[in-house]
This record gives sequence, structure tokens and C-alpha cells, in this order.
Amino acid sequence: MLAGIALGVAAKKFAVEVDPRELAILEVLSGANCGACGYPGCGAYAKAVASGEASASLCTPGGAETIQKVARIMGVVAESSEPQVAVVVCQGDNRKAKNKYRYFGIVDCQAAQRLADGPKTCPGGCLGLGTCMRICPFGAIEITPDGLAVISRDKCTGCRKCVSACPRSVIRMEPLAATVHVLCNSHDKGAVVRKYCSIGCVACHICHKTVPEAFHVENFLAAVNHEFNEEALAAVEKCPTKCIRDFADGYPEGSTFHSPTKTRPEWVA
Amino acid sequence: MKLKTFAGGLHPPDNKQWSAHKAIEVCPLPALLVIPLSQHIGLPAEPCVKPGERVKKGQTVGRAKGFVSVPVHASTSGEVVAVEPRPHPSGRDLPAVVIVPDGADEWLDGIETVRCDELTPDQMRERIRDAGVVGMGGATFPTHVKLSPPVEKPIDTLILNGVECEPYLTADHRLMLEEPQRIFAGIVVMRKILGVSRIFVGIEANKPDAIEVMTKLCAGTGVEIVPLAVKFPQGAEKQLIKAIVGREVPSGGLPMDVGLVVQNVGTAAAIQDAVTFGRPLIERICTVAGPGVVEPKNLRVRIGTPLSHLVAHCGGLAGDPAKIIMGGPMMGMAQLSLEVPTTRGTSGLLLFREEDLTLAPEGPCLRCGRCVRVCPAHLLPTTIAAYARLERIDEAADYGAMDCIECGCCTYSCPAEIPLVQSIRSGKAAILAKRRKG
Repeated sequence: MLAGIALGVAAKKFAVEVDPRELAILEVLSGANCGACGYPGCGAYAKAVASGEASASLCTPGGAETIQKVARIMGVVAESSEPQVAVVVCQGDNRKAKNKYRYFGIVDCQAAQRLADGPKTCPGGCLGLGTCMRICPFGAIEITPDGLAVISRDKCTGCRKCVSACPRSVIRMEPLAATVHVLCNSHDKGAVVRKYCSIGCVACHICHKTVPEAFHVENFLAAVNHEFNEEALAAVEKCPTKCIRDFADGYPEGSTFHSPTKTRPEWVA
Repeated sequence: MKLKTFAGGLHPPDNKQWSAHKAIEVCPLPALLVIPLSQHIGLPAEPCVKPGERVKKGQTVGRAKGFVSVPVHASTSGEVVAVEPRPHPSGRDLPAVVIVPDGADEWLDGIETVRCDELTPDQMRERIRDAGVVGMGGATFPTHVKLSPPVEKPIDTLILNGVECEPYLTADHRLMLEEPQRIFAGIVVMRKILGVSRIFVGIEANKPDAIEVMTKLCAGTGVEIVPLAVKFPQGAEKQLIKAIVGREVPSGGLPMDVGLVVQNVGTAAAIQDAVTFGRPLIERICTVAGPGVVEPKNLRVRIGTPLSHLVAHCGGLAGDPAKIIMGGPMMGMAQLSLEVPTTRGTSGLLLFREEDLTLAPEGPCLRCGRCVRVCPAHLLPTTIAAYARLERIDEAADYGAMDCIECGCCTYSCPAEIPLVQSIRSGKAAILAKRRKG
């Protein structure tokens, strides 16, 4: 009883004053503590925003909606940012791409990469040991049975954690609205790529010849100009190695993710 | 008599019977020599020859870059056909000088024999560095650096490492039997450079013939031969020091912190060649063994010889190789192909076929403590490995991850087949990365 009274008094007397805006911001944040904003967790970010230290538009995982809400609480105008998703730019699973040695070590891409630059012959291909899958705070990444990381465009919030965890830089941030991607990360010449991967870019320039404005080939690797996403569709069928994928058609082979539903959200004008 | 040793360790089947009785054979020159510019710890050498140039045996083809670096030499006379990245034992393609031998095997002019008692220690160190001498046990640390201890760290003892505790390897054993004078002459040079009086040669007791030869040769010279218990890793620097003189190298420290220098017997022989004869390190003794090769042998090999050439000289492959190891089976490095060249650190080449390997899936830790019992560095391998895999880097460091010598005893003894050394190594890399970041 006495202790209760003492605690009550202490709580009143030593109460730490909290900026009400900080609490309000914390309320609208997702609470995933993913760290995409660069702060250690949602609490720290809310505090930083409330104190005017951080911009109100750093919560990319929350999307435009969350950013709007945070901006409203702070009474500022949200800087519009195009929503982004992470994309694994490789389709060379263990069936399609060759390995230079058999790996029996710990299931971790970074550890495998330390052994002669990883078991995969391709210097840029996905190792499929799931370091990105384990670090993803949103469960948006799966490893197919043949060993390829695939990221769900529905679940990915764009926090970039996988991008920094991948030792082979095979995960890239791309605009969510862009569905056509060249899924290859090898800058080797075509003849070299053919030796180790059946679904890699061989820099044949056919995509560029089909839709010159949407594709360009640089350093033996094709890339899409996302402004011409619709036009780029024409090259998907033409690609001889099928390394160009339209995610609106579905995910790489072996993935359990369903065809993306969030590819054209209404609020992306 | 109880043999000297250290606490921990284990004794895997040593499998030395296949090659221990075989005299060193000279491996003929291959059609192509690939001499990597990085064959030592420290900065790689800088190429100083161009394709098309003719070189002579012993000519410098790569200059040392900095103090902790050594030059690289042509292993025979011939024509340089390329200076480009080639497969390297590390698994990457690294810069190398490619030479087509002309068959004349002609020495460079101006290589002179000197009386080593006329040289000052500094001149000797210079000759050792110019000859590109590195630790021949496999670590390939530049020898002149080891022989240049700072003034504040006085050296009172020199230990020669003739332990050769790795299974299969018999290169040092044969060297001690067949060319002990070279080793002894190297000891005399090092004694003068370091100014030490106490000198020990540690040899595992499973080489009684080598102990006998060395004891006879060193009788009355103040060099003491110490037979050691047969246990892995008896030849690891810190464990050898503990066994012979009872001193413990502090955590993160070097043998020179406790007044010691340790050199491999092969390095001693190379020092003799460098200082007395002015001959650079262009060949070494290498054991080719394992069930995957027809006739195991000890070969005298020119640096840069492709491993496939060594195998061809040993009767060829006995079946498809499933695992190729450069060095010993406990601490050696698995190789991607036999096209990799022999380097200054190649003490052995081991070949295993699919049926010789046991591969079992990893299971959960049984908490049996075998790894703890065998750890020669007195660490808790299972704990450090678990922290490393959880990426709890600070805890891994607190448990002494950086003191791990990566000898492989824990992984070897683990009944659950946990890749402990790989996990700890991974943790060590993360700790170093974090320290660099600050």
C-alpha cells in the first residue's frame, strides 16, 4: 500500500516530459524497427522528427501514407518520394547457373563469399544462402528450392536492409512502378556468361534493337530505362536467354509469390 | 621420458607412411611456369618485366613494395609471355608472370658465393630480403621482417620448427634427413643476425631418424634438438614455444614479445642459399600425397609449376579428384583446379577422391565439449562460433575469437559436423571490419 503510494508520487514527480508529437508520430509508424530511416528503431526516429533533427519523409517502409501522416503531425508538407522496392537482379539458381566448387560450410552468403569469392562461377550471381531472407524485417524474401532469392513486391517496403547485407550486390532498389527488369548482374562477355549460366545477359543487343529508347547495353550488361516501362514489354519475348522479366507476369521460376498486385497502386499517378 | 608438449590438441591419423621413406626427387621443368606476384603476406610484388622479354634463372620479375613485402624471381631461364591475372591458390585470379622455359636453365650472372662470417647482420638481412625468403611452413611471412625485431624487444632464443605435425606432409622430414647441413648453415646465419645463444630444434617424436641425424650434426654446437610429443598442432608457433621453453605469447602478441623467433627448417635452408650463395628462393620441397594420386612422392619443385605437372610426375591421378588441398589436411587450402601454380608456401599437395571424403550434414551442438578440450588456444570454440553466426560480434571478441589460430582441431573433433573454424573465421573478419570502421 505504502509502496504503491510512493510509486504513484514518484511517477508524478519524476515524470519525463515527452513531446506529444513524438508519441503521435510513434503511433503512426509501423513499429517494425527496421532501421530504414537510419535511426535505431521507430522510437528513435519519432524523437528525431519531433525535435526537428530528422526529415519527416524518411519512413520509406511506411509508404506515402505514413509519410503524409508524419508530415501532418509536424505541420510540414511531405516531400513526395516515389515508392521503391528491392529487386534481386539474378535468375541463375542452382539448375541454371554453374558453381565452381561444392560448398558445405555455414549457410550464410557473406561467409561463403569469403571462400574464393563464393561458390557460384558467375561473379555477380545470387548465392541463394539466404542472408537477405534472414535480415528482412518484413518477411518479404524467400529462397526458392533451387537456391535463388526472390523478393515479394507486395511485402517489400523498401528499407534497403537486404541491399547492404548482400555480399555480391545483386539486390538493387528500383521504382515500384517499373515492372520490367533485366535480371542479370554479370558484366562478363557473352561467351563467358554462356559457359556458366543459361539465363544470364549475353549482351546480344536484341532488346536495344527492338526498343532502342527503353534499353541500353553497357559494359556487357543490358539495362532498362524505367521511363519506358510499357514500351520495354516488347523486348521481354525477344530476349534469347529470357533474362528480361516483366514482374506483372509473375516471379522467377520456383517462387511461391503470386503475381504482384501492388504494381500499379492508384496513388501512383 | 615424458615428451614436451602443450595442453589441448589431438592426433589425427598421420598418414605419413606413404611418402616418409621416399627420397626427394627433382620434378622436371614444366612447359609453362606461372609465377604469382603475391606469394607472401604483405603487399604483392610489382612486375618489372614485360611480355617478350628474356629472363634468366634467379632474375627478379617482381619488385618488393614496402618493408613487409619481398621480390619474386624467375624460376628458370626463358621468355616472359604474359603478365596478367592467372588462377591463384587463394581462389581468385591474381597477377602473375608467365614464363615459357627455354630448357637451358641458365643462372643470372653476378650471383656470387660469399663467406657468411664476412657479412654484417644488416647485409645478411638484405640478402635474405632480396632472395625473397618467406616462412616456408605455409604462412609465407617475409623472413627478413621476422629477423628484424625492434630494439625494445630483445631476442634471447631461436626455435627451429621441424615438427611437421600436419598429416600426410613429409617435406620437412625429408629435408632434415637429406640436407641437414643446409638447415644447420641457416641456423648459423640466424644466430649471427639475432645474436642469440639458446637455439632449439623442435621435432615430433614420430621422426626418430630425423632426430638422430640432426642430433649428430648439432652435437657440441650449442643447438639442442628437442623431441616433442606427436600431437597436432605441435608445429603451431605459439604451441611450439609453450612446449619447448614454457613461455606463453600474450593475446594479440607475437613471439618477439617473449623474446623468441621461430623459423621453419625449410626457411633455414632457404636462408643459407640466400646468404651464402646469393640464390633466390625459386624452388621448394613439396609432398604430393593422398589416395587420389598414384604414387605419393616428395618433390623438389620450381615455384610456378602447375599442380597438374606435379601430379603427372607422381604417376597421375588415381580417380577423379573430389578435393584438392594445398598444404596439410588440417590447415591447408582447398583448390578449385590443378591449374593453380606451386608457390613458396606450397608444402604439400593432397588429392582425395569422392569415396575418401566423409560428408555429413551439420547437426545441432551436443554440448559434448570435445572442441573445448582440444582447443590449443584454450578457447570455447562452440560459444565463439555460435556468437559469430548470430552476428554478435562484440561477444565473440570478448570470448577471444581473435586468439583462434584456426588449426581446425575443433571442427575435426566435432561429432555434430559443425563448421566451427569457418564460423569463427567469419566472426574474426567481422571483428576486424568493425575495428577498421572504428
